[in-house]
Amino acid sequence: METRPTRIALGAWTTLVVLFLWIPLALIVLYAFNTSNVESWPITSFTTRWFHAAWTSDVRGALWLSVRVGLIATAIALVLGSMAAFGVARFRFFGREAVSFLLVLPIALPGIVTGIALNSAFVAGSVALSTWTIVVGHATFCVVVVYNNVLARLRRSSPSLLEASQDLGADGWQTFRFVVWPVLSTALVAGGLLAFALSFDEVIVTTFTAGAQNTLPLLILGYIRLGQQLPVVNVIAFAMIAVTAIPVLLAQRLMRETGVLRRGAAEVTEAVETAKISAY
Amino acid sequence: MALFVSSFWTVNPLTTELQHVWNVDNYKQLWDSSVYRTVTIRTVGIAAAVTLTDAVLAFPLGYFMARIAGRRSRAFLFVAVLLPLWSSYLVRVYIWRLVLDDKGVLNWTLQKVGLPSASIGYTNWAVWLIFAYVWLPFMILPVYGALERVPESFLEASRDLGAGGWTTFRRILLPLALPGVVAGSIFTFSLTLGDYVTPLLAGGTSSQFIGNVVYSEIGSGDVPSAAAFAAVPLAVMGIYLLIARRLGAFDAL
Repeated sequence: METRPTRIALGAWTTLVVLFLWIPLALIVLYAFNTSNVESWPITSFTTRWFHAAWTSDVRGALWLSVRVGLIATAIALVLGSMAAFGVARFRFFGREAVSFLLVLPIALPGIVTGIALNSAFVAGSVALSTWTIVVGHATFCVVVVYNNVLARLRRSSPSLLEASQDLGADGWQTFRFVVWPVLSTALVAGGLLAFALSFDEVIVTTFTAGAQNTLPLLILGYIRLGQQLPVVNVIAFAMIAVTAIPVLLAQRLMRETGVLRRGAAEVTEAVETAKISAY
Repeated sequence: MALFVSSFWTVNPLTTELQHVWNVDNYKQLWDSSVYRTVTIRTVGIAAAVTLTDAVLAFPLGYFMARIAGRRSRAFLFVAVLLPLWSSYLVRVYIWRLVLDDKGVLNWTLQKVGLPSASIGYTNWAVWLIFAYVWLPFMILPVYGALERVPESFLEASRDLGAGGWTTFRRILLPLALPGVVAGSIFTFSLTLGDYVTPLLAGGTSSQFIGNVVYSEIGSGDVPSAAAFAAVPLAVMGIYLLIARRLGAFDAL
């Protein structure tokens, strides 16, 4: 056991680091209600009018595009990622190692490299940049996230479960419904959420694969660089933090209720590991 | 099939691009030009500094979370670490721009406390601080995981054998937790190495990273030079991963 002063010192350090993580997030809440369009501290008066301004500007179109791209890329990733994971986990075939390496490669590459590569591929194939090229760009890293999550889950579950199910007379659908799905569902949900979150926030690959359209992050990036519309940026920033809080708190609640916090922790590390470099 | 295509798309154009520039001139230019060298040293240097900072910030917190905190406070700390991790990267960089601005929260606080104002906004200091902030959760989680796996009995045994707190830390805890730290450092180091958004938004004129140079070269159509320079972070990361593997980081993941 640690001595008392050590424990106090560690506790104090922890508190300071958590404050370091959280004070900036708390500040953006205040800035979102700042009346002035000059972003200086302290804030003298508060208003909600920028929320209205944000809703009526280009933001809505960009938000809609981001949501669409995120949903399609996540859907593609769920299908391809879990299929690939099944293939790699259940069968031995020629080039299996190469496939799993190629699948994971995009997240090990810096976003700018993936972006340039995709861009020159589209140019070479004379594909016009559109919503669909963004989707393809995002799918490259979303697939990896789902693939890794599902693969990890399959490796931890025993293939004899399937055999047992068949031995007991279940048909293919029953095996899927009562054995495979319960094992995989949370991995798919976690992978899908993570994939959507990464896609929704992606800047670098999007820069190279978007034509004239702006996703939400590209729009904000443009505003910040030019120093325009900063009150609107504040509102979006606040909204994005509020929205991300929901799944995290929800997941935490679920984990606590089922008393599997530690397993939850392992899954979190697993998720972080797969989120890895795809977050840039 | 489509799966293969999507994974090949990111790779094939790159290799053809590299073949395209596989004369030594572009690489020679990388070596000869002092600009490229300065930018590379700056990028790698700041990435290393960020990694070190995050390790120092994360280790005591990871220890507290894994070994001292009760159930409830551990759950609370998890949320406290995860929520910033999940919130938008761009948003978190943007907030720091507001904080570090000459008229921002930082200078206001310094003034209230009676300290001289600091104008670190749009400098390399800002880039370092923001990177350390943004990637900190990526260090905390693996460090926590590694510390949690150290058996309590090892630490007790060390004390029973007469080792002081410092010796136990240095001889037992640190070697056992090191793979976790190295695993975290892979994230912090490689993420910083490949980034160009933070230097773009929060850095000054002398904060260009490799990514910024590559980006502007692409913009001006000089794809061969850009591709050659983009190979530098890949090479650095390759070497880093080899070292990490020797230190056992992959077992800790």
